Amino acid sequence: MGKRTIIPFGPQHPVLPEPVHLDLVIEDEKVIEAIPSIGFIHRGLEKLVEKKEYTELVYVIERICGICSFGHGWGYCHAVESLMNIEIPERANYLRTIWHELSRMHSHMLWLGLLADGFGFESLFMHCWRLREKVLDLFEKTTGGRVIFSVCKVGGVRKDIDKADLKEIVNVTRGMEKEFRELADTFMKDYSVKNRLAGIGVLSKEDALELCTVGPMARASGVYLDMRLTGHGVYDKLGFEPCIETAGDCYARCIVRIREIYQSIDLISKAAEMIPDGEIAVPVKGNLPKGEFIARLEQPRGECFYYAKGADSKFLERFRVRTPTNINLPALVKILQGCDLADVPMLILTIDPCISCTER
Amino acid sequence: MSYVTKSPWIIHYDGSSCNGCDIEVLACLTPIYDLERFGIINTGNPKHADIFLVTGSVNEQNVNVVKQIYEQMPEPKAVVAVGICAASGGIFKECYNVMGGIDTVIPVDVYVPGCAARPEAIIDGVVKGIGVLAEKRAAMDKKPAIMDKKPAATVQTEDNEEA
Repeated sequence: MGKRTIIPFGPQHPVLPEPVHLDLVIEDEKVIEAIPSIGFIHRGLEKLVEKKEYTELVYVIERICGICSFGHGWGYCHAVESLMNIEIPERANYLRTIWHELSRMHSHMLWLGLLADGFGFESLFMHCWRLREKVLDLFEKTTGGRVIFSVCKVGGVRKDIDKADLKEIVNVTRGMEKEFRELADTFMKDYSVKNRLAGIGVLSKEDALELCTVGPMARASGVYLDMRLTGHGVYDKLGFEPCIETAGDCYARCIVRIREIYQSIDLISKAAEMIPDGEIAVPVKGNLPKGEFIARLEQPRGECFYYAKGADSKFLERFRVRTPTNINLPALVKILQGCDLADVPMLILTIDPCISCTER
Repeated sequence: MSYVTKSPWIIHYDGSSCNGCDIEVLACLTPIYDLERFGIINTGNPKHADIFLVTGSVNEQNVNVVKQIYEQMPEPKAVVAVGICAASGGIFKECYNVMGGIDTVIPVDVYVPGCAARPEAIIDGVVKGIGVLAEKRAAMDKKPAIMDKKPAATVQTEDNEEA
């Protein structure tokens, strides 16, 4: 029975690219309790719905987060389109799916790199980020931006991808698959990586369900949950099946994300094959009708929830986003209890925290 | 790059940005752009840092954190504001919790525009920051001599001889 000490962790900390603060109550080397405090990046952008028209608001919503920016734009547009009863062209749906899966690839590779950096495998970090640049190059070629795209708009998409570029996307991602296999083998087969991750931060299926975890965190604990199953976009036509692991530890979370990268590559190839010709957007004009709509979609970090309420004007009355990291924080506090102090950065990383999403 | 004789270390803090600039700052350190070939390292310790890279604007909660990091850095130091949010608040300027650009709290030496700022632009900003550091260092070297009440001209020649 040692003396209890409180160690402050963050907001400025080498493993955190973003500020979050944790008070770690420790006894000897064991963490007894973790008390998170957030709000360092709170901007209050949901309030901007009063100042920006619904067509302009896409640019603000995309900037909730620079990593999952495409998904946020899509979620917002989906909510507003459903509110206004707009049917978007099939080609636009396919294009959105392709861009969304590309952003999942870049997000997961970014995370794998940060994880490798977290356990001190510097060269693996560098290789993950080197490979990720290829996805960003595809984004730059097709949308014009590297991290913020502004390609999704209410009523469809702003840019088309022609046949040659679609072929290039498939070729590049298929080429990446080979290179990524080497990296993935390091994560999955290297004994030091396995020792560092396996059996740490175990979250049981019951706890995962009780704490409402979402995304790869839930899937690593054996919960069959993926918003892509609800068939938003064209996932129902692509024959989608979620990646499930059952161990619930850091290693399982890592493997779920690795498998999802392979899966995204397959989904992109399928979508590029099946994409129909046609328009990419329908004209949108007029006021938002009275009413409300909830859109849900699967971000790289998990289920994201968009609520839009219209009030017969050009401005939304209320817009609300519920982001995956916010939902996974209780699970983080749970797995931090009883862990070693040295494992804390690892555990924080494995929920894939996106603080700017959480605080908006 | 031939005029870069020192290897500055940077510290990065995310004010209230959307993360876009932060991942671009990290991308600068990775193989495609590789800031480390110039000896520039991202450190987590303000006491080791020469250049303060800030992304995003300041708000009620992080204003003290930004100030503290700046105060802990040893002289001479340069501040590079990365992205439009750090420069003026950008798209979030009208939000209720955004106080404005970084220059409302600490003096900024280099502004890097863009949403999100491209890695090339960030590298360019850091290189400009190195120039600012050199100027500040030169100004600091002069100071003790002024306290000895020597005429300014003499100080200049002494400095030149040393160089």
